[in-house]
Amino acid sequence: MADASNVDAFVEFERVQKSYDGENLVVKDLNLTMPKGEFLTMLGPSGSGKTTCLMMLAGFETATHGDIRLGGTSINNIPPHKRGIGMVFQNYALFPHMTIAENLSFPLEVRKIGKSEREAKVKRALDMVEMGAFGGRRPSQLSGGQQQRVALARALVFEPELVLMDEPLGALDKQLREKMQFEITHLAHQLGITTVYVTHDQTEALTMSDRVAVFDDGRIQQIAPPDQLYESPENSFVAQFIGENNTLEGTVKEINNGIALVQLDDGELIDCKPVNVSKPGERTRVSIRPERVEYNRERLQEGVHTLKAEVLEFIYMGDIFRTRLRVAGNDEFIIKTRNAPDQVRLQPGQQIEIGWLPEDCRALDA
Amino acid sequence: MSALPPYATTGQRIWYYSFRVICGLIFFFLIAPIVVIIPLSFNAQDFFTFTPEMLRLDPEGFSLKHYRNFFGDSSWQSAMWNSLKIAPMATLVSVTFGTLAAIGLSQPHVPFRRAIMAVLISPMIVPLIISAAGMYFFYSRIGLQGTYLGVVLAHAALGIPFVIITVTATLVGFDRSLTRAAANMGADPVTTFFRVQMPLILPGVISGGLFAFITSFDEVVVVLFVGSASQKTLPWQMFIGLREQISPTILAVATILVAISIALLTTVELLRRRSERLRGMSPS
Repeated sequence: MADASNVDAFVEFERVQKSYDGENLVVKDLNLTMPKGEFLTMLGPSGSGKTTCLMMLAGFETATHGDIRLGGTSINNIPPHKRGIGMVFQNYALFPHMTIAENLSFPLEVRKIGKSEREAKVKRALDMVEMGAFGGRRPSQLSGGQQQRVALARALVFEPELVLMDEPLGALDKQLREKMQFEITHLAHQLGITTVYVTHDQTEALTMSDRVAVFDDGRIQQIAPPDQLYESPENSFVAQFIGENNTLEGTVKEINNGIALVQLDDGELIDCKPVNVSKPGERTRVSIRPERVEYNRERLQEGVHTLKAEVLEFIYMGDIFRTRLRVAGNDEFIIKTRNAPDQVRLQPGQQIEIGWLPEDCRALDA
Repeated sequence: MSALPPYATTGQRIWYYSFRVICGLIFFFLIAPIVVIIPLSFNAQDFFTFTPEMLRLDPEGFSLKHYRNFFGDSSWQSAMWNSLKIAPMATLVSVTFGTLAAIGLSQPHVPFRRAIMAVLISPMIVPLIISAAGMYFFYSRIGLQGTYLGVVLAHAALGIPFVIITVTATLVGFDRSLTRAAANMGADPVTTFFRVQMPLILPGVISGGLFAFITSFDEVVVVLFVGSASQKTLPWQMFIGLREQISPTILAVATILVAISIALLTTVELLRRRSERLRGMSPS
């Protein structure tokens, strides 16, 4: 699904730019192709342009430059109410003066669908989100999670091919959020709808999506399935933004057989996978995931470079141990180890040696 | 207000009671002149004072003759019908344009919003006699002076500021994502306005409309300038009555107007509470 080139493009952004004031570009040269049925998440910090992209797709903002296509036709000049895109808003945007059933009926009424068919569709949509018994209530009489379900049902009731979701789970508590994440992905796949989901929560992005587009500074920094994004970030921003990450700074000494030898700033040498470094002498930021760091000598491969580390803090978290180390002058180097029967519990002040597989250690841009 | 806590100091006790006295005095000052009118309107004599019979609560001292006079006299009747023809039309015009203006001026992209708002509100601030004189000269030039339409437009201009202010206040709490949601679901802007925005700002529209109605219904200065004899309204007739023949009929009319105002305010308040409850916004 990552390779969209051989699938018919359903949603396309081509060289899209957006500026609100005519000077600063909020979205800079956005290119994106989505096949039908994909669940794509736009992930990024606030101000990265992800919500603006969603609003342009919905038609509430116009692109300053470039072309947005839906099913092959440009929608730049189509007003929002003629686009036929379903949307779930951050604050749900349920009509407070209408009952739940009337809320769901609204998009069908404006489409001039007959009464009996309307009622059948409303009922089916409410049953789908397990809210069938609440049709006669008003939004203010429902809890946040219930309102969320109704908003979802309302976005789906007129059977749009594309549904947009703007941080729909932001206002829910953690437990409910995890339940809804599962339900939304389940529904989207079951109904075969194409979904664009905007969030700043990376866990949400990783667990729900077919592909994640990481936004920063008005550009897509990387677009990939969740596992690729986490395991093979293509630049420092993505490595830092997705999951927990350890960073060490240094200079490339040599690149041989797909392995880069990096001299860290305190003089030590490590082996890395060169990602966006190409020649010796370049500055680089090396990224290692906390769970890929090994300190048990017996498990380390022969001949890998190891680093000396001092244990600063040991945190027992139940399923895992989280240990903070000082490595090459970095006091915030975190390692995570599984709470296995044979696992060694490190003590603060202890001197250890750490290592990793060269392919888990990625030399990125400085 | 809660009762005095046991630890209140003497100063707090004094303030606690004097505060109530001050509030009572303010109410008295506001209400007394209106309340006095009501019994006086049932006077059996043609005086503006309480007769000894009235003070003794002797039934002989009271009568409905001034009310009969009001309903029997043709000039009072035509004045009432003029008021009833002008005020609702002026209200309709005020509500329509005031609501549109408030919605337009609440859009952040409108240039010179503050200046436009100030101009629209100005009839409320400029002394009435100035507006009236200005309207007189302007309406004379364009042939509206002395016409029904002229009076309606003049009263609408006085009523619009009230509608703008109340509707703008309601719009502050209006969630713009609701109109976006409606558009997203396929509703064109007109449908969105009538099905989504209008029902939600209705309490503000109704309150504004009520103020506009009462403004027109009570107004005497502008109608004296802009109207002619065939637009003689109730307040105008009362004004003439005061100048020419001091008759307690005026008091009977005043009592009727007070009763109408109270009835209107009560109805509107009940309607507003109902719609707020429907919106789920009222805490009680």
